[in-house]
Parts: sequence; C-alpha cells; structure tokens
Amino acid sequence: MGKISDAIYEVHYMDTIASKDSPVHRVHPLAKLIVTVAYIWFTVSFSKFNVTGLITMVVYPVALFSVSGVSFGHSIKKLRIILPLVILMGIFNPIFDREPRFMLYGLTVTDGMVSGLTLIIKGMLTVLGAYLLISTTRIESICYALNILHVPEILVTQILLTYRYITVLLSEANHIFEAYSLRAPFQKGIAHKVWGSLIGQLIFRSIDRATALYDSMVLRGYNGNFRHSQLPGARLKDFSYVFIWGAVFSVLRFTSLTTLIGSLFV
Amino acid sequence: MHMADALLSPAVGGAMYAASAAAAAYSVKKVKEDFNARKVPVMGVMGAFVFAAQMLNFTIPGTGSSGHFCGGMLLAALLGPYAAFLTMIAILLIQCLLFADGGILALGCNIWNMAFYACFFGYFCIYKPFMKNGMSKGKLVAACIIGSILSLQLGAFSVVLETTASGITELPFGVFAAAMQPIHLAIGTVEGLITAAVLVFIYQTRPELLNAEASENKFSLKKLLIILGVVVIIIGGALSLVASSNPDGLEWSIGNVTGADELESDGGVHDALANVQDKTAVLPDYSFGNDNAAGTSFSGIVGSGLVAGLCVLLSVIFGVYKKKKKAKTE
Repeated sequence: MGKISDAIYEVHYMDTIASKDSPVHRVHPLAKLIVTVAYIWFTVSFSKFNVTGLITMVVYPVALFSVSGVSFGHSIKKLRIILPLVILMGIFNPIFDREPRFMLYGLTVTDGMVSGLTLIIKGMLTVLGAYLLISTTRIESICYALNILHVPEILVTQILLTYRYITVLLSEANHIFEAYSLRAPFQKGIAHKVWGSLIGQLIFRSIDRATALYDSMVLRGYNGNFRHSQLPGARLKDFSYVFIWGAVFSVLRFTSLTTLIGSLFV
Repeated sequence: MHMADALLSPAVGGAMYAASAAAAAYSVKKVKEDFNARKVPVMGVMGAFVFAAQMLNFTIPGTGSSGHFCGGMLLAALLGPYAAFLTMIAILLIQCLLFADGGILALGCNIWNMAFYACFFGYFCIYKPFMKNGMSKGKLVAACIIGSILSLQLGAFSVVLETTASGITELPFGVFAAAMQPIHLAIGTVEGLITAAVLVFIYQTRPELLNAEASENKFSLKKLLIILGVVVIIIGGALSLVASSNPDGLEWSIGNVTGADELESDGGVHDALANVQDKTAVLPDYSFGNDNAAGTSFSGIVGSGLVAGLCVLLSVIFGVYKKKKKAKTE
C-alpha cells in the first residue's frame, strides 16, 4: 500500500535530514522552537491586504534553506498537503469581496484578490517555517525543548513513544493490508465485513507490543519516570540566534521595508 | 479537518491554545491521580496504532468511495477520556511537525476540534451514559455512531467559527457552515461505523481491554454539565459574535408582508406585556447597550446555557415521571 510505505519513508527521511550537521542543526532546539513560533506568529499577524510586507518574511526560509542545506524540493511535497485547503479558502475571496483596491495595467485588482493571495502566501510561509524546524531538529531534541518549557512529563513521553512506534505499527498495518489485498486482489479499500476484525487484530498486536515494551522498560529500571537525553545548555550563539531573528521579524513586521527600498529607486 | 496556520489570526490561535492547554492540564492531573506505570507505554503505542490505522482505507458500502477514521472515540473507549486526550495531542503534534498536516499555531484549534470533542464530549455525554447499565453490542454501535457524528459536527462547526472569527476568508459564515456540516455528517457516520465495528470485535473477543469505568453504574451529572458548559461557552460565545444581523425567518416573512420587522401593537394587553418584558429583560436585543460585541457574546452564552439547562431540567422531569410510572406498574 503506497500510502503506508510513503509514510514510513517520510518518517525515516525526516529523521535522517534532522540528524545532519550544519550551523542551523547545531543551534539549541529551544532557540529554534522559539524562533519558529515567533516566525509563524509574525507571519499570520500581517493584515490581509499587506502583500508587500508579507513577502519580506521570505527572508527567513531563504536564509535557513541556504545555511542548513535542507532540500527545498522536498518541502514542496509538504506544501502539497496543506495548500489545496488554503487555496480553496482563498479562492472565494475574489468572489465575495469585489471592492476595487487599485488598477494594474488597466486591470482592476479587488480587495478579494489581494486577500486571497495573502492567504496563499501565508499558507506557504508558515508550512515552510514548521518544515525548517523539524528538518533541522530531531524529535527527541524538540521533546527536550518542551521539557525545558515545563510541558508535563507524561505528555512529552507520549510524543516520544508515539513517534518511536509509528514506523513499527505502520509496518504492521502494511503487513495486514498486504495479506488482505492478496486475498481480495481487485478490491478498493477494506470491505465493511472485516472492518472490526482487521483493525481489532492491529489493536491486539499493538497492546501485546506495549506489554512487551513495558516489560523491557521495567527490566531496564523504569519506575514511572522517563529519562530524556540531556543536551548541552544554551550558549551565547543560541541567545543571539533568538535575538537576531526576533529583531529581523520585528523590523519586517513593523516597518514598510519594501516601500522604503522602492522609494530609493522611484 | 486539520487547520492550517494561515487560516487563523494570532488572537484566535492563542485563545484556542489556552483552551486546549487547560483541558490538557486537567487531563494530566487526572491521569496522574490514578497513575499506572503500565499505562504509559500502552498510551504511546496506541497513539502509534491510531496513526497507522488512519492510513488504511475503508470501502464505504454502496458508494464506491473510501474513508478513514480519526480514532478519538476509540481511544477514549480503550484508555479512558483523559489518557485518550493526551494521546491524541501527541498524534496531532507529530502529524503537524512531521507531515505538515495542520499548523503549529493551529495546533490548539486542532486539539480542540478533533481531540476535545471526541474524548470528552463523545465519551462523557454519549458513550458513558449509553454504557451506564452495562455494555451490549447494540449499545456500543449506537454510542459510537451518535458520538462520532456529534463530535465531528461540533469539530467542523468549530473550524467554521475559528476561521470566521479570524477574519481570514470572505466566505460568508452560513455558506461555509453549509459546506462543512453535511460532509462531516457523512465522515462522522463512517467514523462511527468503523469505531463500532472495532469495539464490537474487542467486546466479543477481549472485553477486558475496554475501559471498565464506562460501564460502572455511576453517572456523573456534574461532569456532564461541565462538558456541556464548556461546549456552550465556546460555541455560544464565539458563534454569536459572527451571527448574522439579518432578520430571522419570521422577521423576514413579516418584513415581506408588512414592510416592517415587527408587527405594530394595538395597545391593551400587548403593550402591557411588552412593558413588563422591557423591565425584566436582562439583555434587550441581545446587547448590554453600549458594548454590542460583549453583549452579543454574553447573550449567546446565557441563551445557550438556558437552553442546555432547560434540556437537563426536562430530562430530569422525564426521568422522575418514568420512575414513578415504573413504580406504579410494579
């Protein structure tokens, strides 16, 4: 089943690229998390008619893609998931909001066209921001950052365990579905008669696996407290990373940089 | 139903983060109260299970199309509502980070829309009352279908509210809701049928895996009212802010016939009663007078609360009547 194999590949691929080494990969995970949240926050806070201001926010992904060496091509795949929904929402803006905003070479550009475009740009930038975080930071490091932020231990443990077992259970699901497909070769999806037993078998396997996992954790000294890997503390360059990007985002958000640059030439 | 960051304003995103964080903090407290070390790996692995099961396509009989399931109600039935909620948070966070399915800012909304309603509303308001006097195959099927449909309807409605309140799309509230609700009715039905099929299979083969607490004969009206109250505040409070200021159906009909929104009174009893209403109405025309937004919102909450209260009152009266009737026949 293509969908499951794709998901398994995706998890392994993201793990691999997050483990690479680059100046961005070496930044403290908490610093990257703070900068990513700030970037998304600033990006969505732009007014729906401020296209020129919003475009300046492209500075962050461009800088990070070039310094980290992460493939831009792969990030396009991520955009494929979320963009259709965003485009679907944005496409109605020109229909419902026809207030003229300005003329461009004889063509009337309406408020709806501008706000629709802003929505699509915001959608792309926010997905790229999140993608750059996960492609330069391992999930264990993100969990470590969440720990520092005092996110409850049990929740962080859930994220780690779920992540670790995704590929295992995806493989199980793949085996079950392949076996089913071999017996029902020309059927699209799983017939309703076996919905319960098929998923039920996957649940039983999952619970048996969880029991085995618990036993092995107990044998290794598990007493209810999960120990996370410790990372080096934040250094000056990590603080600088947050400070510099914070300053850049503030300048881009609160000054009209594009107008300023344009006025130099006009 | 995963929302993207671009569909939200920072204010709405932040507010929904706060609401989801409060529900998460309460769940953490409840899970810690009856902490069982064995449950931790089970929660983690079940999270991965839901992830894997979401990848499977299920043929919908008679339509030729296929669907998949979300898993919130199933997790609540197996792990209990609080552990299920935390597990769903882990799933949604991983989906958001790893597969770009839902945004980081929108995570609070996605947790609320997909995890809160399924794990708390679906469990406490539908699943648990159904299982009150013991489980049966029929009860499981009914609870799963009704619970899934209502949870998904509330989730889809919240997506409409959150997007409209963010002021991102020009799509009118009514049109957006009319597009979202019917499609999620179909999705909810499929989700309910799959969940029911799985739970019935577990009930017949390994019933000890189902959360025993649900079938204990103690029905907490307090918990039910709290969940309903939270839903009322979120839906009623937020909805009324985006409610249409156009006349309602009756006002529209009167307007077409007479040219005015309301019929002119002819004095006498009508005027006397209108005078009493003016003096007693807490929020005339759904407002505080000066602050229309706050008034409308407050009116929404009060109105929804009163309707919910009336429903509870009617069900209590009905329950007493039924008990008396039963005692009479015995």
